[in-house]
Amino acid sequence: MIAKKYIPVAALVACIVLFQAVSSLTGREYYLTQLTMAAYYSLVILGLTVLMGFTGQISLGHAAFFAIGGYTSAVLTTLDLSGAAGNPVVKAASAAGFAAASKDAYGAGTLVLSPWAALVAAIVITVIVAFLIGIPILKLKGHYLAMATLGFGIIVYRIVLGASLFGEADGISDLPPFPMPGGLAVCGDPARRVENFYIAAVLVVAGVVLLMNLVDSRVGRALRSIHGSEEAANAMGVDTSRYKLLVFVLSAVFACVAGVFLTHFNGGIGPSEAETMKSVSYVAIVAVGGMANLWGALVMGVVLNYLSLRGYFGSYDEFVFGGILIGIMMFAPEGLLRMEALRGLAGLPARIKTMFGAKNEE
Amino acid sequence: MSFLTIQGLSRSFGGLRAVDDVTFSVEKNMIKAVIGPNGAGKTTLFNLISGALLPDSGEVVIDGAPIQGQAPYRIARQGISRTFQNIKLFSHMSVLENVMIGRHIRSRAGFMQAMLRSPGARREEVEIRDTSMDILKLLGIDGLAGQEATSLPFGKQRIVEFARALATEPVLLLLDEPAAGLNMYETAHIADMITTIRERGVTVLVIEHDMSLVMNISDEITVLSSGKKIAEGVPSDIQRNPEVIRVYLGEEDA
Repeated sequence: MIAKKYIPVAALVACIVLFQAVSSLTGREYYLTQLTMAAYYSLVILGLTVLMGFTGQISLGHAAFFAIGGYTSAVLTTLDLSGAAGNPVVKAASAAGFAAASKDAYGAGTLVLSPWAALVAAIVITVIVAFLIGIPILKLKGHYLAMATLGFGIIVYRIVLGASLFGEADGISDLPPFPMPGGLAVCGDPARRVENFYIAAVLVVAGVVLLMNLVDSRVGRALRSIHGSEEAANAMGVDTSRYKLLVFVLSAVFACVAGVFLTHFNGGIGPSEAETMKSVSYVAIVAVGGMANLWGALVMGVVLNYLSLRGYFGSYDEFVFGGILIGIMMFAPEGLLRMEALRGLAGLPARIKTMFGAKNEE
Repeated sequence: MSFLTIQGLSRSFGGLRAVDDVTFSVEKNMIKAVIGPNGAGKTTLFNLISGALLPDSGEVVIDGAPIQGQAPYRIARQGISRTFQNIKLFSHMSVLENVMIGRHIRSRAGFMQAMLRSPGARREEVEIRDTSMDILKLLGIDGLAGQEATSLPFGKQRIVEFARALATEPVLLLLDEPAAGLNMYETAHIADMITTIRERGVTVLVIEHDMSLVMNISDEITVLSSGKKIAEGVPSDIQRNPEVIRVYLGEEDA
């Protein structure tokens, strides 16, 4: 039973290794760069799938949580603390290994916060913001919730676009690499493409396994019951407000972590990451992925983001994701890659056979 | 003291007094029926007891503790479970999973334990699954465990709802028209089930239109009409009560 559940995970790992091997052997490792980026974006989509597909709560503001993660890390790891080295807080941070001295491009000594400390700070800020935003807006349902999350996303976008702390329209660049155990690092160095691909892949596999476990558990059933009938869920003793809030925070943390790592991988972040259109594309991908289907969301998340990042959609990028969303809402509001629909597809050969069988008997 | 006491309970919608100063009580381990013509306020009464609606005034007391004004999930956690007149099963979930939701209040794993599949959560999961299967077997629908609940025929869906409510191990079970839309065989089955769970120590409050079912299984009957209690007593008395007969026949004439 458990073994059967992990077959797709094994297949995913095999695919990851295969992609890497093929691209390295054929001398096309540059493909891995966009694949790595697509993998980080699909982390946002996985979290959003649990919120939208399984719990039935829409968010048109998840790019904001990605941006909060990315910008927090960008600000904290590029802010030079050497001027404040005497400050007791900075001293304590550097004594605890949270800040490290280095040299900037001009050879001047700098003291910056360690990316790990920045990651923790980003998660803490995301959790706080998600709680503060979630408590009032998750009382709303349907398109009212959609509009409230949209508003939140727009506010965050205007803030990062307008504040000098966040580099205004230029964003923040020249982030340090994110050090990983074993001498690895998340960074955009072309020589480190393969290791970065694997770091992103490990995060995605971990994310999908955690969420698979969640969906198929007491908590997951409670979340799905909210989608089915909030009134009945309440009558069964499920504290629906609390669960909606917690899953909102969880999905925000997924977006935040993706934001942190992708920002280090890219070496910077700009305000376009917080744009409403980003949030719309995340929602569109969850929808084509089948709403309540982690694997569909993952496949679509990687494929569509990859195509978009490689420029296949050209200047029609926004039309593609907007069009996908409109199409899904009109023709398949429950999502495209639904499990039931796929099962129906699996039964197709048998159905065709019986059709022909019946013909022969006549 | 009575197990469930309803004291002066009222609730209006605009100018309509849906439940109007209703008072009655239910003894422990009793099957009590609430009957009345359509629009008498029966379902509103259930919504007031289960917390889905807030009363304008009055009290609902379980085992000496007032529960009115609490959130539905808190009331459910005190062992009060219900079914719905218009069935509310969870879509995109199997019959077994629907019933497993009933075990929610009897288990505790949180987000972290669920995501990491901690040993405690796994043990709990086995308990949830086994108990839910036992209930499906008790009700004779274990063969449907893997089917999608909302795709079942109506009669079976009612039984799944009943199973889901039972899975909470209720002390008080509120059944809102459990036999509506069922055939004679299914109705007899439900009647058996209601008396079986009463023998297991559950107190049952049931809204029902099927008079033969009501007269067969209930110990006492409360009659509502236009939000007011108009009669209360054992089935044989209610059958002869002129006011009840007038209300019912008057309704049919209209």
